Amino acid sequence: MPGKTDTSPRIAFHTEGLTKTYGEGEAAVHALRGVDLSLPEGELVVLLGASGSGKSTLLNILGGLDRATSGSAHFRDHDLTTHSDRALTRYRRDHVGFVFQFYNLMPALTAEENVELVTEIAKTPMSPSEALDLVGLGPRRHHFPAQLSGGEQQRVAIARAIAKRPDVLFCDEPTGALDSTTGRAVLQVIADINEELGTTVLMVTHAAHTAAMAHRVLRFSDGAIHAVEVNATRLAPREIDW
Amino acid sequence: MTLLSPLDRKLLRDLWRIKGQAGAIAAVIALGVMTLVMLSGLVNTLEQTKTAYYERYRLPQVFVPVERAPERVLERLAEIPGVSAVEGRVTGMALVEIDGEILPIRAQAVSLPVHGRARLGDIYLAEGRMPDPARTEEVLLLKAFADARALKPGDTLSATMNGARRGFRITGLARSPEFLYTTAPGEIVPDDARFAVLWMSRDSLAAAYDMDGAFNEALLGLERDASEPAVIAAADRILDPLGGRGAFGLADQQSNFFLTEEINGARSTAVAVPPIFLGVSAFLLAITMHRIVQAEREQIGLLKAFGYTDGETAIHYLKLMLAIALAGAGAGALLGIASGRAMAGLYTDYYKFPFLVFTLEPRSFVTGFAISVGAATAGGAGVLRAVFRLSPAVAMRPPAPADYSASGGIGRLARRLLDQPGRMVLRRLHRQPGRMLGAAIGIATGMALSVGMIGLQSGFARTIDLAFTVLDRSDAQVTFTHAMSEKALYELARLPGIESVEPVRNVSVLYRHALETHRGAITGLGDTPRLARAMDAKQRPLPLPEGGIVLSSTLARELDASPGDFITVEIREGRRPVFDIPVTAVADSLLGAPAYMRLDVLNRALKEPGRVSGAYLRLAPGAEDSVFTTVRGMPALAGIALKEDMREAIREVMDEGMGAMRFVMLAIAGIVTFGIVYNAARIAYAERARDLASLRVIGFTRGEAAFVLLGELGLIVLLALPLGAVGGYGMSALIASAFSTEIYTIPLIFDAQSVASATLAVLASAVFSGWIVKRDLDRIELVSALKTRE
Repeated sequence: MPGKTDTSPRIAFHTEGLTKTYGEGEAAVHALRGVDLSLPEGELVVLLGASGSGKSTLLNILGGLDRATSGSAHFRDHDLTTHSDRALTRYRRDHVGFVFQFYNLMPALTAEENVELVTEIAKTPMSPSEALDLVGLGPRRHHFPAQLSGGEQQRVAIARAIAKRPDVLFCDEPTGALDSTTGRAVLQVIADINEELGTTVLMVTHAAHTAAMAHRVLRFSDGAIHAVEVNATRLAPREIDW
Repeated sequence: MTLLSPLDRKLLRDLWRIKGQAGAIAAVIALGVMTLVMLSGLVNTLEQTKTAYYERYRLPQVFVPVERAPERVLERLAEIPGVSAVEGRVTGMALVEIDGEILPIRAQAVSLPVHGRARLGDIYLAEGRMPDPARTEEVLLLKAFADARALKPGDTLSATMNGARRGFRITGLARSPEFLYTTAPGEIVPDDARFAVLWMSRDSLAAAYDMDGAFNEALLGLERDASEPAVIAAADRILDPLGGRGAFGLADQQSNFFLTEEINGARSTAVAVPPIFLGVSAFLLAITMHRIVQAEREQIGLLKAFGYTDGETAIHYLKLMLAIALAGAGAGALLGIASGRAMAGLYTDYYKFPFLVFTLEPRSFVTGFAISVGAATAGGAGVLRAVFRLSPAVAMRPPAPADYSASGGIGRLARRLLDQPGRMVLRRLHRQPGRMLGAAIGIATGMALSVGMIGLQSGFARTIDLAFTVLDRSDAQVTFTHAMSEKALYELARLPGIESVEPVRNVSVLYRHALETHRGAITGLGDTPRLARAMDAKQRPLPLPEGGIVLSSTLARELDASPGDFITVEIREGRRPVFDIPVTAVADSLLGAPAYMRLDVLNRALKEPGRVSGAYLRLAPGAEDSVFTTVRGMPALAGIALKEDMREAIREVMDEGMGAMRFVMLAIAGIVTFGIVYNAARIAYAERARDLASLRVIGFTRGEAAFVLLGELGLIVLLALPLGAVGGYGMSALIASAFSTEIYTIPLIFDAQSVASATLAVLASAVFSGWIVKRDLDRIELVSALKTRE
């Protein structure tokens, strides 16, 4: 298959018949029921859907945090479904940045140190202060998470995710815990990263209005993608009606 | 600028955050390591000091007592292959009288060399000066005796030697490796105050004992590869025609035997006790590490999400565990060195060494560190493996709420009986029985340790009590200078103030059974003794058989003999008969390793009918002084000992010798027990802080929230108490045997009192620990507790 569909934008992710089942028998939960998907590089993709619709599960599998039950998932020439644990670790380390809904900062480390945690093991990282400057938190680099507001913590988490110059940035409900003003600021940072660094961004959200800023929108329900929309015109985050 | 990686900084801050718990667990492991380092260092130090002392003052390897041998015989002894040095000397028994003491005190007089220092059996002049060889009234006195009797250089005393009474002036006080412990003949317990050693000029002593140009004891030094038994046999062959009394090696020399037994006792304590403490500490360390790593589950998941490998993540947590384990082990090693040194100092005084060779046992450090690190790693590794098995996505999510549905039945049943907090406690126990059981077993182990150590204290008291009130019901014991006709006893019995008299004959013997030999004594007792008896483990008197011997359990173990076996007895006095005799019973032994025969049977074997070497006396109340004043004039009286004095002497050996270690160990056991309970409370608090804050947020009072936490702790403690009592039985047996030596046997004491005391200790620890975590809970900041995970 590769080579044959080699039209201009390269494909970042490609899945076929991807399923994920938690538990067994009667108690089994089908989180993904066969997802076929191709995503080009450099796009900002928004995954929309209600809780439990499967969007986070897909994100986790594409991010190498979880394994599929069946089907295949590729990142470029990486077959994520057959990768060993070691290879998945390698993949996360070299290609992927994560931003989580609850920031998941290490409480024992300062903002800068939280970023350093990732730059330490990355191949060609930017400096932690550069990453923090990008999210506008340079002056607060020596603060601990407990001394930062929710929006600031999330921006540290973004700085941490982009500092390694990842090929893909995964954001799981990045504004879920934030108010609208802070949420917009965070989304702006994500959009800027996509724009300026050319990083492919996959963002999970259940806030439908964020769809306006995406190149592409995947709508989830009941473990499957039921619609894919490509936005002809995009809105900047500050223009979004929250 | 940044020397430490962010992970290492996280490590340091995490350690700071859990400092209370980390400190408590490090302290517990420190105590385990400290016990090990202290005891092994102490044993090594005593051993090395003993060896150095023996070498520096040339303690002989073989002692050769003889009736009387001309000086020239020494040359023949020197020719025995393997003998490197020979010294002849005159020695004799004496009775010393000092002011304020009714009874004469038994003493040994030893000659000083005519010129210079002794080639063997040298002395250390601690105070004063050497006697002038020209002045026959000048003597050196054993320092331990002088100290016990408050005598000093310049004082005078009088002594009866060979029937003649003479006055002496003390010129100096001396110490000797030969007389570290002094025991009066016929007694089993050394007592500084009741046996004296006098050193005086050879000429003066030779005159007193009619040894001009002769000696009655030769000392032999051996070459490195010499065979001691061969030398002893050769010396006996040379001296037999002159009245040789049987050469013996250093191992059978009384003071050395006693010191060696004490050090052996210390060694067996050092081998058996630290593993118990270290094992308890290691167990606790493993449990705590397990919990600490479990609490980090989400952060482990996060690190893995960033692309940290399992190895890198494991190393990070390994560092955390090692930091705690090594800090504990390091502190323990330092404490062990310091306390080992302090104890060695005390024991140096106690054993009367003139100097101290402080040495540590390197292996104890290696063992201590290895066990600490191993336990910490084992405890953490299991959790890490489990977390690594989870995908990062799962690990990062807070664990799914524990499924309490299975315990719904409890709720229905308890709904009418318990309020909501009460049901929460019960459900948690039901839901996580493994975790609760682990905590309970931890506390139970600590309690068992305390039960054992408390029981040990009673064990020491029981030994003294049984030995001096049940086995021996006499008030005093007289010893004659040589075996006498039993008619002497009738004279004693007629004296006013003496209520009853029972004969005893002690003979020194060599026992053989299979490959084992043991040098000891046989106690011959009357048909139905009432004052001094052999008893079985249930304190029932054992009848002494017509044709057999009753061994104490210590001796039976030593000889590997049991009832029905024949043992060989070589009597070392009189006609020195050798015979085989069946063991008919094994008596409970408390002090020493005695053996009992019927007096008439023993005398028949010796072909000396009707002879006794001493007697047990029952005195009328308050009659001691008058009896002693009468008895002291008796001819052939070697000494008389009050049982009260002997009881005090053994108590001193037990409380100041190696037995004193039990007080230190009891204190450590107490601290360990507290540490374990405190840890359990800390862990319960750490695991539930968030839940408890939530309870507070939804309107529970401080008291109700505390009840959920403390109720759980209380239930764990209640569960631990019976487990601890059961475990305490095993621990008591282990500890009692570890503290027993050949000098005294400590019985297993497992009684209500030790269990009750240990229970109180656990409860007090629980109340105090509960109060501390309750204080923390009251201070919890609700919002931040809910926001950040700590």
